[in-house]
Formats: sequence, C-alpha cells, structure tokens
Amino acid sequence: MEQLVSIIVLGPLLGAVIAGLFGRRIGDIASQSVTTGLLLLACGLSWYVFSQWTWHHLEAFTVQLASFINVGDFQSNWAIRIDGLSAVMLVVVTTVSALVHMYSWGYMADDDSRPRFFAYLSLFTFAMLALVTAADFMQLFFGWEGVGLASYLLIGFWFKKPTANAAAIKAFVVNRIGDFGFALGIMTVFWAYGTVQFAELFPLIAASTARGWEFAGQTWHLVDLACVLLFIGAMGKSAQFFLHTWLPDAMEGPTPVSALIHAATMVTAGVYMVCLLSPMFEYAPVARNVVTLIGAVTALFAATVGLAQNDIKRVIAYSTCSQLGYMFFAAGVGAYQAAMFHLFTHAFFKALLFLGAGSVIHGMHHEQDMRRMGGLWKHLPVTYAVMTIGTLAITGFGIPGIDLGFAGFYSKDTIIEAAWAAGRDNGFALFAFIVSLLAAGLTAFYSWRLAFMTFHGTPKWGADAHHAADHHDDAHAAHDDHGHAHQPHESPWSMLVPLLLLAVGALAAGYVFVENFVGEAQAEFWRGAIVNGPHNHVLHEMHDAPGWVIWAPLVVSGLGLFGAWWVYIAREGMGARIAAKRGPLWIFLYNKWFFDELYEATFVRAARFLGDLFWKGGDQKLIDGFGPDGVSAVSLEVGKRAGRLQTGYVYHYAFVMLLGVAGLLSFALYAFSRGG
Amino acid sequence: MLGILSLITFLPLAGVAAILALRFIGKPGEKTDTVGKWIALATTLATLALSAKLVVDFDTTTAAFQFLEEVPWFAGLTYRMGVDGISVLFVLLTAFLLPLCILASWKTIQTRVLEYMVAFLVLEALVIGVFCALDLIVFYLFFEAGLVPMFLIIGIWGGKNRVYAAFKFFLYTLLGSVLMLAAILAMIGISGTSSVPELMTYHFDPAIQTWLWLAFFASFAVKMPMWPVHTWLPDAHVEAPTAGSVILAGILLKMGGYGLMRFSIPMFPQASHLFTPLVFALSVIAIIYTSLVAFRQTDIKKLIAYSSVAHMGFVTMGIFSGNVVGEQGAIFQMLSHGVIAGALFLCVGVVYDRMHTREIAFYGGLVNRMPFYAAVFMLFTMGNVGLPGTSGFVGEILTMTGAYGASTWTAALAATGVILSAVYALSLYRRVVFGEMTNPALAQIDDLNWREVVVFAPLILSTLYLGVQPDIVFNITGASVDALVGAWRAALAG
Repeated sequence: MEQLVSIIVLGPLLGAVIAGLFGRRIGDIASQSVTTGLLLLACGLSWYVFSQWTWHHLEAFTVQLASFINVGDFQSNWAIRIDGLSAVMLVVVTTVSALVHMYSWGYMADDDSRPRFFAYLSLFTFAMLALVTAADFMQLFFGWEGVGLASYLLIGFWFKKPTANAAAIKAFVVNRIGDFGFALGIMTVFWAYGTVQFAELFPLIAASTARGWEFAGQTWHLVDLACVLLFIGAMGKSAQFFLHTWLPDAMEGPTPVSALIHAATMVTAGVYMVCLLSPMFEYAPVARNVVTLIGAVTALFAATVGLAQNDIKRVIAYSTCSQLGYMFFAAGVGAYQAAMFHLFTHAFFKALLFLGAGSVIHGMHHEQDMRRMGGLWKHLPVTYAVMTIGTLAITGFGIPGIDLGFAGFYSKDTIIEAAWAAGRDNGFALFAFIVSLLAAGLTAFYSWRLAFMTFHGTPKWGADAHHAADHHDDAHAAHDDHGHAHQPHESPWSMLVPLLLLAVGALAAGYVFVENFVGEAQAEFWRGAIVNGPHNHVLHEMHDAPGWVIWAPLVVSGLGLFGAWWVYIAREGMGARIAAKRGPLWIFLYNKWFFDELYEATFVRAARFLGDLFWKGGDQKLIDGFGPDGVSAVSLEVGKRAGRLQTGYVYHYAFVMLLGVAGLLSFALYAFSRGG
Repeated sequence: MLGILSLITFLPLAGVAAILALRFIGKPGEKTDTVGKWIALATTLATLALSAKLVVDFDTTTAAFQFLEEVPWFAGLTYRMGVDGISVLFVLLTAFLLPLCILASWKTIQTRVLEYMVAFLVLEALVIGVFCALDLIVFYLFFEAGLVPMFLIIGIWGGKNRVYAAFKFFLYTLLGSVLMLAAILAMIGISGTSSVPELMTYHFDPAIQTWLWLAFFASFAVKMPMWPVHTWLPDAHVEAPTAGSVILAGILLKMGGYGLMRFSIPMFPQASHLFTPLVFALSVIAIIYTSLVAFRQTDIKKLIAYSSVAHMGFVTMGIFSGNVVGEQGAIFQMLSHGVIAGALFLCVGVVYDRMHTREIAFYGGLVNRMPFYAAVFMLFTMGNVGLPGTSGFVGEILTMTGAYGASTWTAALAATGVILSAVYALSLYRRVVFGEMTNPALAQIDDLNWREVVVFAPLILSTLYLGVQPDIVFNITGASVDALVGAWRAALAG
C-alpha cells in the first residue's frame, strides 16, 4: 500500500518532468502518452485505495518520504497521509485530471506546444496530490503554492495574449494575498503549539480553547485567530468574496485547465483545508461564523453576477465561485461532511460542464459568446446530452420524497438542511440558509440560461461569426482559414469519452455515496478524519428538517428553470432586450459589482503611487540628495577632478584606492601598537 | 600553524601570481587572454574543491571554531583563522560562485582580460578571508580590502555611469568602515585582545556596547544594505559587469549579515537586544519600501537590485529574532539569495550580452525565440518570489516565523513582502519574456548557448535541492546557531 500511494503522488511528477524536459526530443505523442498513461495509472490506484478505504476498512496511515524543514521545534517532512479526506481527494483529483489529460488530446490537437501543456497539467496534479496528502503545514503550503504556480503557468499558457498574461499574474498575486494570511496562520500555530504537524497539533486544540494570543497589538482568542488567518488562505485559493476577482479572469486559460484547476480541484483546496482542520475549527466559533458569512455572501454574490455574463466560461466560473460558497458555509455551520460531499459531486458535474463548454467552444471554432450560439443541440448532440445532465446535477434536481436525483441533489440539499438546522440558534447559519435557497434559484436560472442560449432557440452563429477572431491568438489562426464557413461540429471521441464518464459521475456520484459521506455511515466512513465537537450534532439535527425545508430547493430551482425558459425560450430575445436597456441593476451585475474597478482604483493605483513616491521622492531626492549626491555637490571640485580622472588612466583609481586602504591600515596598526 | 583555511584563502592568489607572470611574459593578445582565463577557472575550481572538502570534514556536532590557525604576525598582531557553522557555508558559497563568474565572463569581457581575472581572484581570496578570520584586525583587513577589487571591477569594466556608481559605493562603505575601525580599536583597547573567540565571551559594559554596536551596525547596514543606506546598491549593480553583480549580490552583501551574527550579537548582546526594534523597523521598511520601488523600475538590473534589498530585509529580521528558527532562516536566506540573486543577474547578463540594453521596455516576447532561457528565468523568478520547492521559500518562511516569535507586528508587515515580491517579479517576467515579440531588433536573438547552460545548471540544481532538502544546511549550521541563541539568551538573563 505504501508503494501504491507513492506511485499515485510521484507518478504525475515523473510525467511532468519527462514531458517538460524532454518533450521536444521525444515528441508530442510520446509526451502526451507518458503523462496521460501515468495519470490513468494514478487514477486506477487511487480508486483502489478509495475502495479499500470505503469498503475494506483500510487503516489511516502516513508514509514518511523524507525530511523537509527541521529547525528546532519546527519539524516538517515530506509525507503521504492517507485517511478519509485524502482518500476522497485522491480520487477526485486523479479522476478529473486523467479525464482532462485524455480530453486535451482532442482539444489541444492544433496547439504547437502540447508537451509543455501536458507537463503543466501533470505538474499541477502532482502539486495538488502533495497538498491533499500533506501531514504537516509545510507540505500543505508547498502543494498550495505549487498548484498556484501551475495555475499561473496554465492561465498564461497562451503567452502571446496580453489578457492571458494579465490574468495569470492576477491569479498569482490574489492568491498570494490569501497566502499572506495562510503563512501568518501557520506561524501562529507554530508559536502557540510548538508544532506544524497535524497529528501533533490536533490533540492539543481542545485543551487550549481558553487561551488568548497577542497578535499585532491585540489579544485574541487563539484558536479563532489561527483559524481566521488560515481561512484567509482558503479565501484566496477558493476565490471567495473579496479575493474572488482572479477566478473569472482565469478563464483566459485553455478550457481543460478551467475544468481541472478552476472548477474541480484547485479551487476546492480551501474547502479541503477547512475540513482537514475541523479539529481546529470546531473550537473556533468566531472563525466558523466568518467562514459561514463569507461562504454565504460568495454563494449569493457570484450567482447574481452569473446571471448577466455572456461568456460561456465566465458563467460557469461564477457558478463555481458560488458553489464553493455553499461548501464553505456548510463547513462553517459544522457540516464538514456535507462540504466534502458537495466538493466530491461538484467535481464531476462542474468538470462536465466546463469540458462540455469546451466541446461547444471547439465545435464553434473558438467562439465563447453565448449570444452568438443557439440551436446547437442538433449539431452537438452528445455534448448537448451530457451538458443537460450536468445542468440537472448542478441545479440539484431530484425528488425528495423518494430520495432520488442527480449528484448535486444529494449534496446541495444536505447543505441546505444543515444550514437550516444550524440556523435555529445561529444567525449566521440562518443567513446562510436563506442565501442557500435564493442562490439555488439563481443557480437554476443562470444554468438553464446557459443551456438555452447555447443549445436552444434560433441559431445566431451564421453571419458575423468572424468576431471570434478577437478571442484567439496566432496559435489558433489556423482555425480562421476554415472555421467560419463550416457548421458547428461535434467533438472527437477523445473529448466525448471523458464527457460521458463525467456524466456517469454527475448522475450517480450522489446516489452511490450519500450514505458514506453524510448518511448514517458517515462516522464509519471518515474514521476520525473529520472531527465534530461534542456540541455539534448538525448532521443529525438536519433530519428534523420540516417538509418545506426539504421541498424548498426543488421549488426554487423549478422557479429558476421556469424563469430561464420564459426569458430565453418562450419569449426569446427578452434577455437581449433587458440587457440593451442597460438598467442600473443589470450594469451592476454585468460589471461584477465593480470589484475590479474598485481594486484598480485603490490597491493597484496606491502601489504605483507609493512605488514612484519612494523611488523618486525617497531614494532620489531625500536619501541621495542629502547623502552621496549632496556630498559630491558640496565638493564639486573633487567631483570635477574625478570626472577628469575617468577620462584618464584607470590604474589611477586602483592607486588612489590602495593609498586609501593603506592609510587606514597604517592608522590601525599605529593605534593598536599604542593601545596594546 | 597554517592549515586548510589559509590554503583556501590564498590559493586564488597563486592563480593571481600565475596570471601576472603570464601578463609579463606572454605576448598581449587573445591567446594569452585565453590561457589567463583557464588559469583563473582552474584556480577557482581548485578552491571550490578544497572548500567542498572543508565542508565535508566539518564537524557538525560542535559549535566551537574548527580548523583553527594561530600564527604570530608582526607588530604584536596575531593571524587567527577558523570557521564554525555560521561561516563555513559562506566559504563554500563564495568558492561556488566564483568559477561561475569566470565562466560567465568568458566571452563578454574583451578589454583587460587578465586584469579582470586578477581582480576576481583577489576578490575571492579577500572574501574567503573575511569569513575565516578570527581576529578583529585580520577581519578588518579582509573586509576593507575587499572593497578595492569590487571598486575596480565596477570602475573599469562597468557601464557608462561607472564612476558615479563606484564613487557612491565607495563613499557609503567608507563611512561605515571608519566607524567600525574606531569601534574595533576601542574594543581592543578595552579588552586587550583582538581574538574573536575571546571577545565573544568578553562582557563589554552595556553602555559601551551601545556605541560599539552602532559603529559596527553602520558598517554592516551599509553592506547589507539596509534602508536607508541602500541607494548605492542599485547604481553599483546597474554599472557593474554581470559577474560583478553576481559577486556583489551573491557574496558581498552577505558580509553584512555575517558580521551581525559574528560580532554584533555575540559581542554586544545587550545592545543588540536594545536595538532590535530599530532593526525590525528598518527591515520591514526595507521589505515594503524597496519592493514597491522595485515594482516601478524600468531597468531590469535595478529592479533585481531593489528586490535584493527587500530580501536582505528578511535576513536582518531573522538575525535579530533571537530564536533558532529566525537565525537559521537568516543564514539560509543569505545562502539562498546568493544563489538566486546571482542567477537572476546572470539571466540579465544573458540578454544584455546580446542586446546591450537593460531597458525592460526594449524586450518582450523572448520566450518565442528563447524557450530554454524563459524556463531558466522562470525558475529563478519563482525562487525570488519564494515559491515553496525553491530555496527562496525556506529562508523567507523561517525568517518570518522567527520574527513572529519576537514581534507579531514585524512578521505581519514583513509577510506583505510575499505579495509584493510576486507583483514586481512576475510583472518583470511578463514584460521581458511573455507576449508577442514586437521589437524587430530581437528577431535574431539566440537561446542559451552551452557555456551559459553550464553556468546555470549548478545554480538550478542548488536552488531546487536546497528548496526540497534544506536540512543539509541546517545540519551544518545547527550547533553554532544553537550556541549563538543560547549565549544571547544567557547574556540577557544574566
């Protein structure tokens, strides 16, 4: 078993190294085969580990690979930690990654740097696996920033596009803002508990709940402080409110990247971290309220913005942001299991939606604007079918009475019920519960809006489709030659097979695993990987939910569906008319609540201003003015002589310097012999 | 008895003698220059081999000075050499970077080639001497004499404004030196010894410590350099030839940090404690202020120079944290920065050699013709940003963690540096490497040649290896750092 999990984690790294270093030599096909093959192997082994965990009572264990940073009490190691949480994450990461590798054979077929692309994908997978199997904060942070690097490289994969480069930097920098908090959280943990090892840390928490901690001049409740700081990291990585602005821009990357990194895996790392740290968060009531609040606000905010976007990928990006909000407030109300369950099901249907969108974009010759689509179901029947499954899954379609539905039905309804249960005595949770219903309606609206604008209605892709040329770079110029004269076409099998497999997940992942993740068997399934405090019975209490709570999600998502149908099918053109009016609400949503403008006007401009001020005012005027330049101005004559020397013989300098040093030396020796 | 330390220190001078002999015997010309380069390379490689042996033979279980040498000199002076865990790796770092400097200059230095090689070999001897010296006077001689070759390297082989830069460099460092010299004389006068190990256990009166500390600090702060005495560095870097920048950033800056750990803290513990808030403030200002300035630079080298100042802010913060984590982090950060900043300056050198400009705006889209260069530059950019997996991360996280133990404000403010470093480093990379290649002057630019690959390969390997297995450093520095921290605490308690 130890070798098995080592292969899972290190295999993708090997693939990345081979494709990255030798890609040019061994060629495209070999690079793709090696990386994809190793990922398929890792995926198969991960499912084996997961099945052993779920059905054969595999014991949790940790493989110590090597030492990492060991200084005094600061002890960290390279390790592979296998428990309930990491077993779930292993299958999520390797499954989506393997399918995305496969899919990219077709999607990236025309790209001329495929080895680099596959190397980055595998590198990402390795970093993500290192993250989820970390046994201490240092390896967690390594994986955390490693996936950030891969994300940066992949968003900027088409490096000739200025927008892609800007988006890549934005992603990295905003994540760094989160990591700023994360790093301070780790330091707090280290100085408060004297360890960065999870296994040593967690048992110490319960006894320290009354401890105060001084940070930045204030005294805080220790566990709350540590958890809030760590959560700032999660906010960055999982694109939560305030730190969300990078995720929509990240859609500049190739679509398989969006599916793997910016939907199914990396952005869920924040949720994973909060669940992993449940032994801490359980004793941090304030921090949990923060998590609940931020998660709920994000869920609602992103859903509203998603209503008004026209780029197919951006709609799904905001949808991801919103769903991550659901996961966070689930964890915030104490239902970590539900958060992980939604993470698990979401990975399937969101990857499905993204890869389906990629199939549409591919079929539409790199058109991403939904206003130029319509009526595509006839031309992309398989994509249409799987996208519909994905849409049903994300809107949480299912019948509560007989407990049968798509994957999202099980996980999302669990979260809503948990929020209801916790909301009976916690205002933040109550707020989250109300938001969860509102956002469920909005989710249904924008998801069906996407489906209807893309696949139904009258085709709008005939006349002016060459507009698409704006979107892509030279690497894709080849499409322009033949692209727009043709009909939209269905994608090749290399792309459809991953879609079909993900559709199976979107259909069945909820039904099959609901008992294990959040049902009666949950304690047995997680086996201590998730800790619920003595007063946290939210998973039990949610079964007290009355009928209206249980049926409400279906009703609101039905309303959303109906609304989308009314606006985009029954009264086709109504959506465009609403947009054309440029109402204040529409402008507010279309511009994403003006966050980018706000940040540009404050932080970005302040950084530029201060940089110039310190440079030209501080360094040049003040420091140099009073310092060396002032000195030289006073002794202008000396300066002139120095200027003359410059044109003269360089050895003069050496001579003068040596004289100076010799003079100093003589003085030193003289003084010493007198003193001694 | 003279031993391996003197051998390592003065071996480069044997190369100097050989090159000087060549200069007077050989016919001036390209052939003679080539022979001179080979002599220099062979000498630096031999020094590296000996330094490696030194580290291998180093006893990691003790904090005591090792490979001691003590020879009566003249005028009552004693020549004392020795290394401990704090200094031994700086000897290795110096010996490691020098052959790379020689190689990096192989084709780019066309004038006064032999003199150039001599300057570098002399510099190597003096810098290694700084790290091995265990006598105040001997240390001071090496420390100050090291200025001369650096001054010459900038003044003779530098760019257009080299005289201004060399002047500024000299003015600043001289100011610090004079004060330090006065302090050294006072220390000898008071204690009656110039032996570093003896002085480390000598208890100076706290009131006197304050003055001595300030005098030493003036010198080391300029060398580091710390804000606000940093403005000589960007100019010196911009004008220095590539290899000069490598040595400047890679080694000379470390002499300041080394000095603080070798002298200021063990010899003036009360004063060090007293001034810790000042050092923290200056460190934090350096990190934030120079990072913002770096962000606005239009010259590649200036940008990296300013980022060096910011990174040295982490070092001073770690040194004064007063705990093992911070001190270890500071040493590691110095070693790591020596490798990464050196490599970044070499990256600038690669394009400067080809295009003879360092203007960021001139470049853009280099990846289209220089994919290997782009990959190498990316790696070191990430090292500069402190990405985990590179050595840059380990030093940053440990110095911040160490500082957190002493002052949470300091750690919190310094941590903004991890955001700002991403801003300036990635925007530099984007403007130089990514994008379309629009400048026609770049159309024929070539990727790395084999000589450049040879130069970069050891730096790449070190950056990654130290990033993944930093313990190799901590095992060597551990005992001495423990002793340093223990002695400081004991001094404050007692």
